Amino acid sequence: MSPLPATLAANPRLDRWVQVEADGTITIRSGKVEIGQGIATAIAAIAARELGVGIERLRLVSGDTRLGPDEGLTTGSQSVEAGGASMRRAAALVRTLFTAAAARMLDVPEDAIAVADGAFAARDRNRACSYWDLREEVNLAVSAAALPVPIERGGSADGAALRRIDLRGKLSGGAFIQDMRLPGMLHGRVIRGRNPAARPVGPDLSAIAAMPGVVSVVVDGDFLGVVARREDQARRAAAKARLTWQAQPLPADTEGLDWMDPGSADTRVLIDEPGAAAVVTLERSYARPYLAHGSIGPCCAVASWGGGRLTVWSHSQGVFMLRRQLARVLRIAAGDVDVVHAPGAGCYGHNGADDVALDAALLARAAGAPVMCCWSRAEEFSASPAGAAMRVRLAAALGADGRIRGWVHEVWSTPHVARPVADDGTGLLAGPLLADPTPASAPAHVALPAGAGERNAVPIYRTGPRRIVHHRLSQGPLRSSALRSLGAHCNVFAIESFLDELAATAGIDPVAFRLAHLDDPRARGVIAAAARMAGWDAHAAGGEGVGRGIGFARYKNISGYCAVVAEVEARDRLFFRRAFVAVDCGAVVHRDGLLNQIEGGVVQAASWTLCESLHWDADGPTVLGWADYPVLRFSDVPAITVEIIATPSDAALGAGEVATGPTAAALANALAHALGVRVRRMPLTPDRIGAAIEAG
Amino acid sequence: MPEQRFDIVVNGLAHSLDLPGDVPLLDVLRTDLGLLGTRTGCLEGDCGACTVLVDGQPVQACETPLWSVAGRAVETIEGLRLEAVREAFLAEQAAQCGYCTNGIIMTVAGLLGRTPAASRAEILAMLDERHICRCGAQARILRALDRAMQGVR
Repeated sequence: MSPLPATLAANPRLDRWVQVEADGTITIRSGKVEIGQGIATAIAAIAARELGVGIERLRLVSGDTRLGPDEGLTTGSQSVEAGGASMRRAAALVRTLFTAAAARMLDVPEDAIAVADGAFAARDRNRACSYWDLREEVNLAVSAAALPVPIERGGSADGAALRRIDLRGKLSGGAFIQDMRLPGMLHGRVIRGRNPAARPVGPDLSAIAAMPGVVSVVVDGDFLGVVARREDQARRAAAKARLTWQAQPLPADTEGLDWMDPGSADTRVLIDEPGAAAVVTLERSYARPYLAHGSIGPCCAVASWGGGRLTVWSHSQGVFMLRRQLARVLRIAAGDVDVVHAPGAGCYGHNGADDVALDAALLARAAGAPVMCCWSRAEEFSASPAGAAMRVRLAAALGADGRIRGWVHEVWSTPHVARPVADDGTGLLAGPLLADPTPASAPAHVALPAGAGERNAVPIYRTGPRRIVHHRLSQGPLRSSALRSLGAHCNVFAIESFLDELAATAGIDPVAFRLAHLDDPRARGVIAAAARMAGWDAHAAGGEGVGRGIGFARYKNISGYCAVVAEVEARDRLFFRRAFVAVDCGAVVHRDGLLNQIEGGVVQAASWTLCESLHWDADGPTVLGWADYPVLRFSDVPAITVEIIATPSDAALGAGEVATGPTAAALANALAHALGVRVRRMPLTPDRIGAAIEAG
Repeated sequence: MPEQRFDIVVNGLAHSLDLPGDVPLLDVLRTDLGLLGTRTGCLEGDCGACTVLVDGQPVQACETPLWSVAGRAVETIEGLRLEAVREAFLAEQAAQCGYCTNGIIMTVAGLLGRTPAASRAEILAMLDERHICRCGAQARILRALDRAMQGVR
């Protein structure tokens, strides 16, 4: 018997997932939430396909601690892979139960029933009944574990023609959490220093209390906020604060990331095979700075206390996790907290969504009214966790035959997983500042194969003996946590850059060099496809300012495969002209959604790799607005061609993060081909390219 | 700033509002008129998410005080007249999270509404200067732009 998908096994009652309503619709509930990646459409299309109803008859509820299944976090490109598998099984079970009931009602064998658009029809007879006719007959308050494995139809409703179910609404009016309006709702802002860990010295908020519309000035220990009737009044009042802040001075922000003190790292040797470092032909170091999430919409939450309960609307990636954390910090029972997901702007990892939920709850409690709290753009850049800073040192031995004979990968990294998941302490920003404080929890360790800083640190290539070491710094100058693909972006950037350097040392074409070290046919398949799409010429002369490079990875070494060929032109800066991407994420649920994630992954990774870095001084972050943080603009975006390699019998694998590392490496390798110089630190700015040219 | 009466026309409807003149148009639309399709972005005039049309001209509503639009005509996504632009974005599925999109639609609609023959380069320069898409939907947005330009002409 095929085991239940994990999140269905954890939430086995079918009525948590599917409920047939009296009004001719079916409610489906998922724990995976829409964060701009299009998952709502994919989940609904899977359910529609398995139930045998039109997608327009479904009402999707996602991320609701009151009724829905607890599927953990919407992270790690797991939503189709895990959440989709559970919804598929649950919906197929429901269809099977209703088919049996229809057979009884129509007095025909079950295998003589066909379902289409919600109607169960007996073949060869003019009789039918629907989900809605049968809703009183079928008990869904049953455990999926007690039922036989159903036949899953596979695929998704509408096939290749499937379109996003949420876009028309979003492109027509209010649709996001920032657009929620509760009766009597007030608007709050937190008052924070530039360093979000700083504490105010003798704060005097009397001037703020007198500002127009201010209802409440909130002081809870070192947590300060203001609540006003209107959003603009709350913003103005918070901006009026002129306070003195005190915090540990931050270490100097240096080009070489010297602040990464090896002595303070938690070092884990992940693989140590004898002879890995016996001979070293080439040794190189690579780096990535801290990166900002930079969501276009501000982090936002709405909190309402009443009847002894707290209800929070949030764009969190994990509503159950957030419920437990809020309960701990607020000293109430988790059962007295409801967290309901509401869509936010694009989310690329652990941003301030959870933090602002606590902010809203604190402000609402103090004001005695429902409160919406939004962060300012400065808070988005300075208070939200950043994507971690990383350094990678690689060393390898190369045989006379051009084969790699030994491999060392050492990665240093600030935390990639500081989500509020721990059983003690809190990851919520305001927790330690309160009069009744909850200390900050330690960053989490995530074991391989997923890993965090060590994600994709183990090469997928045949390298001979390997030594893989992860030095995890418990903190750095900036707060950091999960950003799309975690350590994979920099580890793949480093490995794939280094492979090109080794290939050059061996005098072998980079594509041929990769294929010579790979056995996995799916890995070879995407590399060969990307090279073919790009018209890869092993003998193409570079060095004249125009070049091409390849990057490849299998995400987490267990998920989707992606190869990218980048074509670049080096002028006053590096222009990314064309991208050829081959991807194999197994069976495809939503073809256009997959293409959109790949295109977006390429563009976002190109922006990180070419443009982005966060900076600070002794007093805190110095990037406080878009003007301080250049990102890729419209005319900088390459023409992107994507080829999907999909074998329907292969399990569906997540696609959201597969493109980041390969894109970064393809750009660095294309730059090396275009100008004959190697830049090993992201971002690949004109200054760094110029310095590499001068260094010869 | 003290409250004063301002008359503005939004999506063809006349409104009289008693508000301080320095309240941003963004808040007037969202709070006083309940038009929530104009997004709250950076509130610093950098990201373009709050773009609306004032007398047909794209402006960032977060940096436009109410007094400056008195007696003028404001158009938001809810009253979008060049429907072909929204349909082009939907046809190309030109969004990921969809948060920056309405502002971009308004800029494209503003430029094509005033000058149906506006060049792609001119519109692209405006997008480069005034809009940020963080999810990486730019390639689709440019395809939607091409489709909208065809639809409007």
